[in-house]
Amino acid sequence: MASTATLAPPHAPAAAHAHPTGIWSWITTVDHKRIGILYGVTSFFFFLVAGVEALLIRVQLAVPNNDFLSAELYNQLFTMHALTMIFGALMPLTAAFFNYIVPLQIGARDVAFPRLNALSYWVYLFGSIFLNVGFMLPLFGGDAQAPNSGWFAYAPITTNQFSPGFGMDFYVLGLQILGLSSIMASLNFIITIVNLRAPGMRLMRMPIFTWMTLITAVLIVTAMAVFTIAVTELMFDRVFGTNFYNLRNAAGQVTGSDPLLWQHLFWIFGHPEVYILILPIMGMISETIPTFSRKPLFGYNVMVFSGVLIGWLGWGVWSHHMFATGMGPIADSFFALSTMLIGIPTGIKVFNWLGTMWGGSIRFTTSMLFSIAFIAMFTIGGISGVMHSAAPSDLQQTDTYFIVAHLHYVFFGGTVLGLWAGMYYWYPKVFGRLLDERMGKAHFWLTLIGMNLTFFPMHFLGMFGMLRRTFTYADNMGFNEMNMMATIGAFLIAIGTLIFAVNLFTAWKRGKPAGHNPWGAATLEWSIPSPPPVYNFHTIPVVHSRVPLWEKNPAVADVVEHDPESSEFAEAEDEDEGQGQGSHIAVAGVDLGEVPTPRDKNRMSADELGIHLPPPSYWPIVLAMGVSAVFIGLIFRRVDGPLHNLWLLTVVGVFTVILSIYAWAFEPGHSPHH
Amino acid sequence: MTTHALDGHEHVHGMPADTSTGLDSRKMAFWGFIGSECLLFGSLIATYMAYKGNSLNGPYPHDTVINGQHHEGILNIPLTSFSTFILLMSSVAMVMGLHFVQRGERNRATLWLFLTAFFGSIFLGCQVFEFTHFYHEGLTLKSNLFGSTFYVLTGFHGAHVTVGVVYLLTLTWMSHRGRLPPRKALNVEIAGLYWHFVDVIWIVIFPLVYLVR
Repeated sequence: MASTATLAPPHAPAAAHAHPTGIWSWITTVDHKRIGILYGVTSFFFFLVAGVEALLIRVQLAVPNNDFLSAELYNQLFTMHALTMIFGALMPLTAAFFNYIVPLQIGARDVAFPRLNALSYWVYLFGSIFLNVGFMLPLFGGDAQAPNSGWFAYAPITTNQFSPGFGMDFYVLGLQILGLSSIMASLNFIITIVNLRAPGMRLMRMPIFTWMTLITAVLIVTAMAVFTIAVTELMFDRVFGTNFYNLRNAAGQVTGSDPLLWQHLFWIFGHPEVYILILPIMGMISETIPTFSRKPLFGYNVMVFSGVLIGWLGWGVWSHHMFATGMGPIADSFFALSTMLIGIPTGIKVFNWLGTMWGGSIRFTTSMLFSIAFIAMFTIGGISGVMHSAAPSDLQQTDTYFIVAHLHYVFFGGTVLGLWAGMYYWYPKVFGRLLDERMGKAHFWLTLIGMNLTFFPMHFLGMFGMLRRTFTYADNMGFNEMNMMATIGAFLIAIGTLIFAVNLFTAWKRGKPAGHNPWGAATLEWSIPSPPPVYNFHTIPVVHSRVPLWEKNPAVADVVEHDPESSEFAEAEDEDEGQGQGSHIAVAGVDLGEVPTPRDKNRMSADELGIHLPPPSYWPIVLAMGVSAVFIGLIFRRVDGPLHNLWLLTVVGVFTVILSIYAWAFEPGHSPHH
Repeated sequence: MTTHALDGHEHVHGMPADTSTGLDSRKMAFWGFIGSECLLFGSLIATYMAYKGNSLNGPYPHDTVINGQHHEGILNIPLTSFSTFILLMSSVAMVMGLHFVQRGERNRATLWLFLTAFFGSIFLGCQVFEFTHFYHEGLTLKSNLFGSTFYVLTGFHGAHVTVGVVYLLTLTWMSHRGRLPPRKALNVEIAGLYWHFVDVIWIVIFPLVYLVR
């Protein structure tokens, strides 16, 4: 378009619109993009914390009979490594992508409930800090008392009788806070995806990442509820002396409680949780692979339905975590078979990714390298998963390093590699600048080699009989060399992560400007400037296909349904870079001379465009403080001495919650009727 | 294409919401919330059922004979049947309240909304009486499996009723002040969703806890 010539270069950050700055603007923000960045920064911090915990574990295990860590501290470290990774780092990292990317992908201006979104973030922040307080107790002159029972916290070993310290109180209270945050955030995403799609974006035209986010959110809303009750019951046992899991009641009588109750409730949540951690990543990979192969995703429908099937079957397999409890042949067979069934939709996905790459013109960017590595590493993890779906085989593997190897191939080789693929892919959209590819490739190779060096030997260690969660091992077991390898590998991963962190930080100011669509991707988020204006889309786009930005591209025009009336995208794409795009499609009946160019609009403020955005609000953070205070106060019920009275914090929290809910409900500018 | 449509829940003067499905986002979110609540209550009910009849020491819910010794059941079924009936009637009042809010009949709406909250309070009063009575009979949170599962399950439900009563009293006050015109009937409809849900859950809990032996 002619008018683009008179404007700033296409890659100038689109910051001309009024954009409030300062710490207060971040505390009160309800903008899904800022909340996404907050989620991202916080969860990356907790990723580093949990990574350091992993390194400490690996140092302890590097040589036999090591006394670098005490057994008690080791227990706390492996527990907190898992909890922090799952609830503090990986889930919220996916939430960061949900927040930032999903509204952009569906052509929305924000999520359905912007303040609820902010609330979810603040509750998450306070919850993860609280979960880690146990490690800070030495600062106040006590011993470190973090949770120490493994992330699954099997009751009754976590009841007061067997875990008398405060460690498990941080677990039950912290995870209730974090569970609330996930449930609220996920409700928000479900409604956003179902209800705020741009015109023409039918469900089966949604980008796969959005689809997988929807399935994940449904899993969180349902599975987290079960976990919340399991943890609430444990909290009642610990704080109020109920007998859900206690073997003896307050009077010392045997209660008859069932030691398997917790395990069932926990794994009914715990297995969907595994898919909560992997489905979003499958969605990310389904965006990066088509983009870098220059081909639409192979088998879109099947990809969607296999995602739904994985989510659905994920509810029927929980007891495969409990084969060793002796449930009997019928239950064992059922759960073995249902577990094997999940291999089918997962396998379909793997082959569809390969089918997407097949015959494509592949660009080996860092993001694509991570995506390909994801497929390979996740497949290894998936196959070892199918191995212990067979109950007799599982009995040999339970509680050995074989399981540790399996779960790290799924979580690290799957979730983490996929998240990094997504990070290299979407970072330019978020910050307007590309991550450095040379550092990226160093990060990639160190991570890939490091993780295989760390986790592959663990398969053998497990088969040789090395037990999980044991703080050391004897010299003559044949474990020495492979443990040393694993430790070296862990440090390679750490160096890679360090390079990544430097890359993230330096690219923020000094990276190469990205422009709207640096990868030539097909989905809506790439039609707007990077970083996007506060209102995202000056005009809500109309969608006519699954690959809206590829509609005009002759290279793919024959494989996508082409609609000549896609005027919104004709404009949107023309503004993008401007060069190398070939001819502009004139839209019948519209005098283009009178239409203000999109670039003009992208530089206008929301007010100038007449777009109503919800005003900032401090009630989310106040409400989050109240919610956290309710739970934090309860821990003082178990403290003796003058600090005991601090349980009144719970009362203060309840009143704060009530006050904030009323203030929230009647806050001007947010009411749906004004 | 309107540039004005920011949120799904933005709509004007009672017209259908400008959303992908045509349904209001807040209402849909409430259905999602109720879905999550089903799993919360489902887990508590599952715990109760898993432990039903497994208590090794008293008091017991129903008349029981252990080693030839008769133990009298603690549950007062007539009283709870009454409070159950009242809770069900409150759902009828809720329907009437919503009806009159939609019709713009302010005084009747206020009355029926208040009645809903009032019936809810009667239910809560019965529960408080019941809990106090049981406590004096020696059934506490700590005494046995029945005490723990019973108090936490019914108490969790009672907490929901309490929230509902406060919610309804707020709406009553708003209606009284003329702040619930027909175009805001959705506010009442959503409260109704919550209230009916709390009722329906009790319809599951009541037979399982009180009637089934």
